[in-house]
Amino acid sequence: MWSRLGSRLRSWEGLLLGLVVAVIAVNALQTPFYLRLSNQINLFTLSIEKIIVALIMALIIINAEIDLSVASVMGLAACVVAYLHAQGVPVALGVLAGLAVGALAGAFNGYWIAYVGLPSLAVTLAGLIGYRGAARILIEDRSIGGFPDWFNRLGQEPLVGPFPVSLVLFFLLLALMLVVLHRSAFGRYVYAIGNSRDVARYSGVNVNRVKMTLFVASGFISALAGILLAARLGSVRGNTAEGFELDIITMVLLGGVSIFGGSGSLIGVALAILLILNLRNGMSLVNITGNTQTGVIGVLLILSVLGPNWARSLQERLQRSRRQTGGPGDGATRGAVPK
Amino acid sequence: MTWIRRRFRPEQIRELSLLLLILAAVLFFGSQIDNYYSARTFNRISTSVAILVVVAVGQTLVVLTRNIDLSVGSIVGFTAYFVGAILAQHNGMAPWAAVLLAIGMGMVMGVVNGLIIAYGRVPAIITTLGTLAIYRTILVDLSNAQTIITASLPQWVLELPRTNLFSLAGLDLRLMVGLALLVVLVFQLVLSYLPFGRLLYAIGSNPEAAQFAGLPVRRTVFLAYVLCGALAGLAGFMFLARFGNITVVAGQGMELQVVAAVVVGGVNIFGGSGSMLGALLGTVLIATLEQSLLRWAQISEFWRDAILGLLILLAIATDAVILERLRAIWARTGIRVAEE
Repeated sequence: MWSRLGSRLRSWEGLLLGLVVAVIAVNALQTPFYLRLSNQINLFTLSIEKIIVALIMALIIINAEIDLSVASVMGLAACVVAYLHAQGVPVALGVLAGLAVGALAGAFNGYWIAYVGLPSLAVTLAGLIGYRGAARILIEDRSIGGFPDWFNRLGQEPLVGPFPVSLVLFFLLLALMLVVLHRSAFGRYVYAIGNSRDVARYSGVNVNRVKMTLFVASGFISALAGILLAARLGSVRGNTAEGFELDIITMVLLGGVSIFGGSGSLIGVALAILLILNLRNGMSLVNITGNTQTGVIGVLLILSVLGPNWARSLQERLQRSRRQTGGPGDGATRGAVPK
Repeated sequence: MTWIRRRFRPEQIRELSLLLLILAAVLFFGSQIDNYYSARTFNRISTSVAILVVVAVGQTLVVLTRNIDLSVGSIVGFTAYFVGAILAQHNGMAPWAAVLLAIGMGMVMGVVNGLIIAYGRVPAIITTLGTLAIYRTILVDLSNAQTIITASLPQWVLELPRTNLFSLAGLDLRLMVGLALLVVLVFQLVLSYLPFGRLLYAIGSNPEAAQFAGLPVRRTVFLAYVLCGALAGLAGFMFLARFGNITVVAGQGMELQVVAAVVVGGVNIFGGSGSMLGALLGTVLIATLEQSLLRWAQISEFWRDAILGLLILLAIATDAVILERLRAIWARTGIRVAEE
């Protein structure tokens, strides 16, 4: 019985799915409105920017790297749009500029990581501080809003049926990433490099190009998410999206992606996203503040690694004690164990 | 050239160049800002170094073992707030008791980090990213969004940041700065001469090899986190004394500054090399830039973070490119290099 529990625990997605169902069930019992489509869409919309970035973060962590600068790139792109808007540049052009700046920021990270070989933790930490600094240079301590109507509608109003454009983008991106990661050669390279950079290189994988591609994509997608955030909030400040990296990385790691790279799946990440969104929404329903929710997510993050560790060592201990007390075929040594 | 190679290790040349960089920064700002060379400037910079470097020393202990502690900002805020709250209620509390309380509070949080990382085998970045949020959450929830105000604190706490150890040629060495320098000195000696210090380097250079060699890896990493927490607690007390008004966001983002200072100071983010002296120099450079940019009229203070980010990148790039080359030159000439 224990070993079956163990094997079920090993399937992280299974456990996540169970948790998601449990959380949704509890929430649905709290209020009948919970399962309504409008509430479910609302629950996604409130964190849509984070979950968009979580998709590319999953690929980066599977690749055994990390990008701590995503939230700063989100802020920077939003600030570029707002700054250009304040200078009288059409917002459509500003959006293009913001996306370009994001891709450039990602390329800058990628250059140092892929071609110079610096640790991504340190490079993107510098990026976290530096890109936020660049955003502050543009905006200083102002708050810029007053965007044209079409831009504000982008973030808030339904596009396809009841779904806003950001949600549609998320599902498109999820589908694209699923194909790229699990059905393409590039995806297999991502896993191979995550498992062992050297082995991948000796097997003829162009490691540098894969890493560069991932970081450019991360910059671009973060910029996209930052611009969507600006559209949803209707105004931009120097600290827009500050601290989002914590939530984003939590979603990925909770989804069963190993921080050491090489393992994890987007299905797991998608389930973790569902779990976190429903958990936060449920906690809001019972009047738990946003601050406490963040703490609970923090506990969840640690438990997501500690739990399996405990389960594994418990299993090992059980097997050892079973060997000692003697299972089938152990009869010969049984007499030797002092009673 | 041979003389240089015989007398210095590459790491020492790196520290020397950092010192020159600090000097260059001071000369530059001195030519740009009126009245820059004054006791006030010195006090401003040295006081902000004092708080930051105490945390940086703890962070260095952890980073040397190829780990990281992102929760230090929350620990500093937590201790600053709650020691402040307790002092506000019990004005008669003895100074040593208040300091010990702060260190103890930080230590408990360090113990939690250390247990989860060393014994629970959860990666450091995951654990401390989690506790960063958890400690801050506990602080915000227990505080009821109230602020510690200067008026409620006992007189000795408010006087502490202005207490001088001694004055030399018009420059005051504040008590808090002296304390911070003492912390740096003590832990530099620990790193250089105590078995514990050598263990940190051994584990950081190669954790698996250290494990196979039978070194007490878990206990050492655990202890590094406990010390890191305790030092962050001490820094929390200094933070309280310096600012007096403590809100629930106190110390937020400090972990980034501290990791930046440590990395700029030449402590390898992958463990195994670095020194407390380097961490101190890194902190001094960052604090000098920060405090000077605030007063530089040419560009706005909003440039601070952008420059800081560039500086960190420059520091690690130098490490990777130049320091490796220097080490290679040293190795080629066949002069024995004491491995750090």
